[in-house]
Amino acid sequence: MRVLMFGWEFPPHIAGGLGTACYGMTRGLARNGVEVTFVVPHAYGDEDQRFIHIVNASDVDALYGATGSDADDILAKMSFIHIDSNMVPYISPEEYDEYHKKYVESGQRVWSTTDVWKQRYTFSGKYGANLMEEVARYAVVAAQVAKELEGQFDVIHAHDWLTYYAGIAAKRVSGKPLVVHMHATEYDRSGENINTQTYAIERAGMMAADRVMAVSNLTRNIVINRYGIPADKVVTVHNAVRFAENSTEAPERGVKDKIVTFLGRITYQKGPDYFVEAAAKVLKRLPNVRFVMAGSGDMMNHVIRRVARLGIADRFHFTGFLRGEDVHKMFQLSDVYVMPSVSEPFGISPLEAMRSNVPVIISKQSGVAEVLDYAVKVDYWDVDALADAIYGLIEYPALSNMFASKGLEEVTNLKWNDAAAKIKAVYETVIEENKKQ
Amino acid sequence: MKTVCLYFQVHQPWRLKKYRFFNMGKDHYYLDDLLNRSVMQKVARQCYLPMNALLLKLIKENKGKFRCTFSITGIAVEQFKAYTPEVLDSFRELAATGCVEFLAETYSHSLAALASPEDFTEQVKLHTAMLKREFGVKPTAFRNTELIYSDEIGKAVADMGFKTMLAEGARHVLGWKSPNFVYANAINQKMRLLLRNYKLSDDIAFRFSNKSWDQWPLTADKYASWLASDETTGDVINLFMDYETFGEHQHADTGIFDFMKALPKAVLAKKNELEFATVTETANKYQPVAVLHCPHMMSWADEERDITAWLGNELQNEAFSKLYAQKDKVMALNDPDFFYVWSFLQTSDHFYYMATKWLSDGDVHSYFNPYDSAYDAFVNYMNVLSDFIIELDAALAAKGKQVPSKDEKADTKSGRRNKVTVK
Repeated sequence: MRVLMFGWEFPPHIAGGLGTACYGMTRGLARNGVEVTFVVPHAYGDEDQRFIHIVNASDVDALYGATGSDADDILAKMSFIHIDSNMVPYISPEEYDEYHKKYVESGQRVWSTTDVWKQRYTFSGKYGANLMEEVARYAVVAAQVAKELEGQFDVIHAHDWLTYYAGIAAKRVSGKPLVVHMHATEYDRSGENINTQTYAIERAGMMAADRVMAVSNLTRNIVINRYGIPADKVVTVHNAVRFAENSTEAPERGVKDKIVTFLGRITYQKGPDYFVEAAAKVLKRLPNVRFVMAGSGDMMNHVIRRVARLGIADRFHFTGFLRGEDVHKMFQLSDVYVMPSVSEPFGISPLEAMRSNVPVIISKQSGVAEVLDYAVKVDYWDVDALADAIYGLIEYPALSNMFASKGLEEVTNLKWNDAAAKIKAVYETVIEENKKQ
Repeated sequence: MKTVCLYFQVHQPWRLKKYRFFNMGKDHYYLDDLLNRSVMQKVARQCYLPMNALLLKLIKENKGKFRCTFSITGIAVEQFKAYTPEVLDSFRELAATGCVEFLAETYSHSLAALASPEDFTEQVKLHTAMLKREFGVKPTAFRNTELIYSDEIGKAVADMGFKTMLAEGARHVLGWKSPNFVYANAINQKMRLLLRNYKLSDDIAFRFSNKSWDQWPLTADKYASWLASDETTGDVINLFMDYETFGEHQHADTGIFDFMKALPKAVLAKKNELEFATVTETANKYQPVAVLHCPHMMSWADEERDITAWLGNELQNEAFSKLYAQKDKVMALNDPDFFYVWSFLQTSDHFYYMATKWLSDGDVHSYFNPYDSAYDAFVNYMNVLSDFIIELDAALAAKGKQVPSKDEKADTKSGRRNKVTVK
């Protein structure tokens, strides 16, 4: 079986859950005997005038670091195509504008048109002037890719709304079935004040798709209830976690205090302010704790102000955005990991913490709560319960040891191979249905 | 006869390096050596050395009639010693002419006056000792960091034995009154005050190179005629500014050095109208015309002329209170390495970088700011301070002393301490 996948670049190139999930999933699929043609946006800028880049699997390997001894047979089942685009995961239209302005200021050319669907291959320049235009431009190129690969794939799989138009276009061109993957909904990103354009694209993608995969039951329910997608079309496929083959040595601890960590984008969705309020409560009782907020985001300044106002800035530290090895280091330095997300479709980071033997506290409003037993679960808004849980995990070693060791066991059993087998079954179903039509 | 009182402020902060959470507990060197060195060498080349040479020449040429006043922070002197000892020598030469007065101030260019009278006194003592050691002078007049002044601060300074103090001629404090007279402190009327004429001072410090200013270009003759004119009433004209105005804020190619070169002659040409004097000389020449009531803090900074540039938001208040909460511990430990760090952490610039009031004076703030944002400045400062606190507690525990600060119970279980390495 062959799949044309519109995904996102792998870590460490692109940080965030989306790239990580794509990586684990494609590897799992390869192990299950699925051949993947992996199409990703990759900003080449003006250095290269082509729109599509066929990338050697071996180059990808080198680009993303050693993937381990078993990588060869997996990479043999994958091919990589880069579409020249400056889209990045999780970007909002407002952020894209910011990003694009910088791009224009750098003196590079801009692609602009009023009706993107009518444009063929006559681009005069690069990158759309706003995110919606870029999404559509990406779709036009994707259609070209699908045309050129005709007969070389059986099913199309698109990740996250930015690639949904690409998925739809590929389906129109090839007539192959389309599966879209909901890693997050607009409601997760923006609360109730959704961007209606984004919502419309998400809905269009899911309506056009033969199946919708949701990363949790939580997300599945949102898709059904708020987007009006027929329930029998939506399946839940929980994410898994990949174990790094070579685990590095634990870094030397600088501070002797216990460390409680929040790691993620500092945005509304992730509930950073609940972490701060809980920290203030814990610090009233325990002198030997430090809180670390790792990441950056639009709420960061707000959170720094709140920390200053609470008078805990000598025990509450900010690391800024962490990448690669630093993320790993941060997990290893932690004694408790907290993910107080207001709305989290899945949430892969607690799994990574558990992998580093760190007990975790997660909000009940996260998809990952559906698959974990050995994690303390609290309502994100219940600051007292969160403070209690942090206090307990710090003060009672029996508790934290139990969560750490059982948690490690539990997370070890969440394998991408199993998730991929489920995805493969979905592929088989839609291919079968497609033939009948 | 009006007395022109020229006063220059010399200060460079020790800038902190990018200090991350991961450094805490491991790395106890907090300074950005490269940045500090390059800034100091650049300013020395563009300002301190040429301007000192010019002033020395002017003093000699005018045979004692050209006089001026300096205050140099202890932190600046530390950096002269580390990076540009020739600057310190040239200041010593100026001191030896007898035409230059050196004022007392806070050693670290700190906000200690806002912390407590004890902190304030301590900082001033350190600075006075430095003046004695480096320049062999005993100061009689005082300027507080950024001309921060209130009735209470004026009284505290009088209690330390100083007779004269500088302050801003802030319009909201003076009202209809002119800054061009000697005033007295409201609590201790023996304390004389010289108030900055911000209009005439800023004509040089800020507007000199501004081509959209209707008086551009400013020549020494024109400026001297303003000073002498009947519209500039009063006994004294206090021109207080950053020394870095010359060659740094106003670059050499604006003609600022030529202006300064011609100014003494132009001023002294107005015989029986204008003369130069140092701060103490000026204050002694005239009787105070009135007391100045200033119950609230004022300073020479920003449009508001208050202290909100340093203590105006929750970030600054938090950093400030956490810093001064360590004071008892630092004193109890009584270790020179810790005193050294304690000293440069107090510098007001660190708090200035955390300012978020960008409306009227944003460009001035960002000019002096090595950080991208106030938040970056705060996070970095707190990381450094947190590590300093950890080290301090550990050192105290090792010594068997424990002075828990008011709002914090220190973790003193840790034993060995890493020595803070300083140059």
